[in-house]
Amino acid sequence: MKLIFERSVPGRGQDIFPECDVEVKLPESPLREKAPNLPEISENELGRHYTKLARASRGVNDGFYPLGSCTMKHNPRINEVMASLPGFTRIHPLQPADTVKGCTEVVDTLRKTLCEITGMDDMTFQPAAGAQGEFTGLLLIKAYHKSRGDEGRKEIIIPDSAHGTNPASAAMAGYDVVVIKSNEKGMIDLDDLKAHLGPQTAGLMLTNPNTVGLFDENILEITRLVHEAGGLCYYDGANLNAVIGIVRPGDIGFDVIHLNLHKTFSTPHGGGGPGSGPCGCKDFLAQFLPGKRVVNGEYTQAENSIGCVTGFYGNFLVMVRALTFLLTNGSDGVPELAKNAVLNANYMQEKLKDLYPVAYDTTCMHEFVMSLESIHKEKNVSALDVAKALLDFGIHPPTMYFPLIVDEALMVEPTETESREVLDNAIEAFRAIYKKIIDSPAAVAASPVTTPIKRLDEVGAARHPILKYDFSQEKAE
Amino acid sequence: MGTYIPNTKEEQLRMLHDIGYKDFDDLFKGIPDQAKIKGSLNFPEGKSEVQVSSIVSGMAEKNKVFGKIFRGAGAYNHYVPATVNAIGDKEEFLTAYTPYQAEISQGILQSIFEYQTMICELTGMDVSNASLYDGASAAAEACAMTLDRKRTTVYVSESVDHRVREVIGTYSFGRNTKVVLVPEADGATDLNALKEMIDADSSAACFLMQYPNFNGIIEDADQIASIVHGAKAQLIMSVNPIALGVLKTPGEIGADIVCGEGQPLGLGLAYGGPYLGILATTKKNMRKIVGRLVGETTDSQGERGFVLTLQAREQHIRREKASSNVCSNQALCALKASVYLATVGPKGLKQAATLCTSKAHYLASELEKAGLKLTYGGEFFHEFVTECPDSEKLLAALEEKDILGGLPLDGNRILWCTTELCTKEDMDEVAATAKEVFGA
Amino acid sequence: MYDPKELKYSKSHEWVHYDGDDVIIGITDYAQDSLGDLVFVNLPEVEDELTAGEALGDVESVKAVSDIISPVSGKVTEINEELLDSPEKINEDPYGAWFVKVTDVEDTEELLDADEYDKFVKEEA
Repeated sequence: MKLIFERSVPGRGQDIFPECDVEVKLPESPLREKAPNLPEISENELGRHYTKLARASRGVNDGFYPLGSCTMKHNPRINEVMASLPGFTRIHPLQPADTVKGCTEVVDTLRKTLCEITGMDDMTFQPAAGAQGEFTGLLLIKAYHKSRGDEGRKEIIIPDSAHGTNPASAAMAGYDVVVIKSNEKGMIDLDDLKAHLGPQTAGLMLTNPNTVGLFDENILEITRLVHEAGGLCYYDGANLNAVIGIVRPGDIGFDVIHLNLHKTFSTPHGGGGPGSGPCGCKDFLAQFLPGKRVVNGEYTQAENSIGCVTGFYGNFLVMVRALTFLLTNGSDGVPELAKNAVLNANYMQEKLKDLYPVAYDTTCMHEFVMSLESIHKEKNVSALDVAKALLDFGIHPPTMYFPLIVDEALMVEPTETESREVLDNAIEAFRAIYKKIIDSPAAVAASPVTTPIKRLDEVGAARHPILKYDFSQEKAE
Repeated sequence: MGTYIPNTKEEQLRMLHDIGYKDFDDLFKGIPDQAKIKGSLNFPEGKSEVQVSSIVSGMAEKNKVFGKIFRGAGAYNHYVPATVNAIGDKEEFLTAYTPYQAEISQGILQSIFEYQTMICELTGMDVSNASLYDGASAAAEACAMTLDRKRTTVYVSESVDHRVREVIGTYSFGRNTKVVLVPEADGATDLNALKEMIDADSSAACFLMQYPNFNGIIEDADQIASIVHGAKAQLIMSVNPIALGVLKTPGEIGADIVCGEGQPLGLGLAYGGPYLGILATTKKNMRKIVGRLVGETTDSQGERGFVLTLQAREQHIRREKASSNVCSNQALCALKASVYLATVGPKGLKQAATLCTSKAHYLASELEKAGLKLTYGGEFFHEFVTECPDSEKLLAALEEKDILGGLPLDGNRILWCTTELCTKEDMDEVAATAKEVFGA
Repeated sequence: MYDPKELKYSKSHEWVHYDGDDVIIGITDYAQDSLGDLVFVNLPEVEDELTAGEALGDVESVKAVSDIISPVSGKVTEINEELLDSPEKINEDPYGAWFVKVTDVEDTEELLDADEYDKFVKEEA
């Protein structure tokens, strides 16, 4: 595919702006010497370029997307229509408060609904992504200990199965990371937890259900132990889809949480973002919440705020989408999300585990992890190979090589918005690939064969990075 | 109740039975009973699409959409070309995940590579990442990039947007690093103070300036660069991308890192988000940049292709040793910014910048005639501060006329902003209103 | 290239060459082979103080990063800047692609000779 710069022809372009209706005057400051090499292209050529790029991309609407840990559910169209209303898109963030009553109603309604779903007392929507929500939540914990003069608490405990953002966020919040082991059932090893709790413990970060798709059976004991040691409990909401409407983090001992509106609450991933990572907390932490917030239609500032994490109020249009989704599903529909997400995952697990061993053979939650360790040893076909083979069946591969505690892991999360036929087709694809692994493993290792591009040289890309288009090569030709 | 679950209740039950569960209670028996919600959630039951559409539209209608906007201060009312949302709304882009599976994500990967290239062209830098959340968080990440064991203090000009400064403060509370404010004089960085402060501090890691600054003033960036580099610190420039259509680029000035709010590039006001964090740097800093990067490579058949690269910098591999936790970014906003830049092209960008600044100069002179004197003497781009006898009174009078006036900095000063959307007629109306209100 | 037979080895798969009182450190063939294609190396700065048993830097493959553990305490006098541009040298010539030269050496970890290291690797595999 040509790059947009390779479609550019000098002198072409589009007339967007009017003539200047006042005297043209540039500032008497140093000006740029050379115009930027931006494309010069007609609207038709531009449209076709991006249509080609769109065809070479893959969204949820293109087919099954069982990407574990990412909750790639259907993104309802009505959400998009609501988020494009001029009454939202054309509002300046610094308009007078009495001219933005609709925006503050969106924020308030969403805040109250999500607090009810999670069992939290208050929430900020400033964090623009889950990772920033984690960072915010950890700063609340830090501010809390500091406010009590309890400054010796320097450690955040994180299980070895956690997402990489957890330890990275803890480090950004100035904490030392203490990694604790998972036991043979994939849950937190209670003895290891006890051994690491103490007056140095600031808190525990936990994803529950965890990243192997299991609800920790000792959860009440775990949060009690952390509290007894004087630490706080942080709930990573990445996997909330498994228990939404069934379990509230606030009821099982969690003090602070973040949610991913782009996972559980159906807002689109946009090829990597924008997401939204609201951070909720119990009353005693609300005094530390970030920056200027909307509460009951008014702008307020928490008295001991940790400060802002983004410029304004967060990714507002993402919040509009999430609210639309919640109004649609309602209090009666929300538990159905979890039930069907868990059902679909167990349905696939049950119908595949005879061929693909699951890491932990028990009822899973909204996702399950297969280990291809034995297949890799016996047939020299890796998790990566199977993932790539799925591409030839028109299925987006599951998450690969995560969590780190499972060798040759493939993590499957079907979500509740897939029908039984889609699951059955995917099961057939997995089984057909298994047959091929037995009959002709080399062919599996050579997948994909139907995609426009074959496997790429990632080593070359990282050794000698080319991170932008080289315009000089054009002139040389 | 609206729902997006395809399987009917009967199908759900058949599936449960098929895999050996009696019902949903049986499926969830692994969760301890004490952990489960008793009763139902306390918010309204689900509604049909017709009802939901009416409720949410009703909320939108409670907002006032101003016809004429003279307020900026970090969020700018630029024209969004028709191509931007037409392309940004394509479902393949909208609903895709992060392009980890390169073979089926070439479109998104290539669009990011094109975005990276355009940001480098705009800023004159060597490397751009695939985007960050917004201008403020991008500035905080830029500052963190310059820290090491010996260089631990961040210097920030008072003329940087206070929102950006606050986010930098929050990030530094996290990392236990020090932020020092360099005072402004006549609306721009006090160069003498900067030199004195930074020369005396061997722990100075960087200096962050805004270009144009919060007051709209175009700082003497060449002079600042030489002071900062004289102290062996790095220069970070927080830029307005439209202004770079005409102003000397950070690359030409010798900046080490460029951050900025990409919202002016076709993203609309949207009550503050989603916006776009721009982050670019020199080749020397390539391995230190945070966030995702797309690189060019070839496939097994020798075809050109694109992949996420230098991933070992990032949290999913380096975990607690990663320099940032960033995972999700603002990819779709970056795509829209690329479409914006490709639509307007080099000539259109220069035209937009010229319109913005020409109109600002016209409005400033008309307001001056109406008795609102410019507060500062420096060269400005498309924002400027004026004195005002009673900000509240003037802004209320403008609001009556469907005009969102400048941002009141206090009772007696207003920060005005013009874009290509402000017409001479509108600006004359603003000036006339000022005359009316203050009887000049 | 240094002769692998003459080198000393750590159990974390670094090699050490003694040059008078100073030492030169690299990673072993076994290490580079298990790490796969290396794409970047992070080295300390000249004058940095190293501590035996702690990371002196790390090496990156496409999907992983691994610490290089310093077998000695001492001060860095030179780093192999060639590796920054050509990390593939570590894969191609592990006993030539040295990482750092260290002086003021004290506190050396217990090191193995070539035969002992061979045996250790076989046991670990």
